Amino acid sequence: MGLSVNIRKAVNGFKLDAQWAIGDELAVLFGYSGAGKSMTLQMIAGLLKPDEGAIHLNGRPVFNSAAAIDLPPQARSFGYVFQDLALFPPMTVRENIHYGARGLSKHERELRSRDMMERFMIAGLEKKYPREISGGQKQRVALARALIRRPDALLLDEPFSALDAPLRSEMRNFLKEIRREFPIPVVLVTHDLAEAAALADRLIILADGRVAQTGTASEVLNSPSSPEVELLVNTRDKLLHASIARRN
Amino acid sequence: MDNSLLFSMKLSAQVAAVATIFVVIVGLSAAYLLARKNFPGKELLDILLTLPLVLPPTVTGYYLIVLFGRNGLLGRYLYAWTGWSIMFTWYAAVLASFVVALPLMVKAARAAIESVDKNLINASYTLGHSEWRTAVKVVFPLAGKGIIAGTILSFARAMGEFGATLMLAGNLPGRTNTMPLAIYSSAASGDWSEANTMALLFTLTCGLFLYAANRLAKRVI
Repeated sequence: MGLSVNIRKAVNGFKLDAQWAIGDELAVLFGYSGAGKSMTLQMIAGLLKPDEGAIHLNGRPVFNSAAAIDLPPQARSFGYVFQDLALFPPMTVRENIHYGARGLSKHERELRSRDMMERFMIAGLEKKYPREISGGQKQRVALARALIRRPDALLLDEPFSALDAPLRSEMRNFLKEIRREFPIPVVLVTHDLAEAAALADRLIILADGRVAQTGTASEVLNSPSSPEVELLVNTRDKLLHASIARRN
Repeated sequence: MDNSLLFSMKLSAQVAAVATIFVVIVGLSAAYLLARKNFPGKELLDILLTLPLVLPPTVTGYYLIVLFGRNGLLGRYLYAWTGWSIMFTWYAAVLASFVVALPLMVKAARAAIESVDKNLINASYTLGHSEWRTAVKVVFPLAGKGIIAGTILSFARAMGEFGATLMLAGNLPGRTNTMPLAIYSSAASGDWSEANTMALLFTLTCGLFLYAANRLAKRVI
């Protein structure tokens, strides 16, 4: 099972034309700002309509312009973690997570949310409001809220960009851990090469709205298929090495 | 306190309260549509809903007569069917207050709804919640300040409504003379002591209302 994406959209002179498919693995969409990464996620989730193309989740079409299929986001079963996390400010942590448990019985909702809060290490924060908890805790709440309904796939839009470096690596490990429990297709958008390399089962390089290369992280990093990808990966690599050297 | 004063006081409060209920229902729906949807005629709807804010209330009242009068564009059918006309009833005072107060609610609520973070709305959709439920659970609570401000302003405007009410409901003692109309009658007929009492009492009541509304708003938000 998996996710296949074949979409085209033109907005304000920018053209996105991307085809890729993944199985039950963690795919990283990597590219510069403005390469069309976030736009792709929004189209997959149904928040933005492609001009044409098709999106299939576990073999089921959620969008197909030729067959006039365009399921609303409510009917697509994607967990979505927004870049700014989008926790509801007037709701407590518990209410935020429960809000994600639509369609579950009261009993089931209570059971799952208690279990998830335990394992996501946010137990004890039930009555706190989002403004009262730390950045890392907010991340975990947003993930718990997106996953409690057990969606068919998970979309993460630069979820760790607001965190400082140590916390970011902690969250990466945490994401790897919960992957074991949720073996579903995950698409993570980032412009941080270290993050991409650390997490990706499959790396999808987006440049100017097109897929420039896909492969495992080591394939793409070691043998870029074009000067364009090489530039993207190498520039980032050099900066990365420079920053590591500085730290040491 | 004499009976006619008490009647006018009660009528004013009753008219303003009923008008405000309709203002909240219609105004909130209109504000949501204008803030979140694109449709043909949106600009026109916005202008129509704002006009009563700019027009003299007598002109608004005039149009309401043209629409709802016994021979009005809509009123004549109502009269033909039921033999009843809204003219010169306290319902007319409610209608006049509603139309004049509506723009305040629409403006305040629309601005508040537009300022709600789009990501929060999208998050609710991706979590499987319908647009209706998202509006009730996410959009309106986050726009709460603007909605409450709009409600208070609308009620205050309805309390003070004079011109359109005079045109549509008339100034019938014991039937449609709200406080502003009763005060006008007293002053116009030279009964300054009564005008004085009523003006003072009305000012005091409105002042108390605003104080209570502010206290309540602070507690809610």
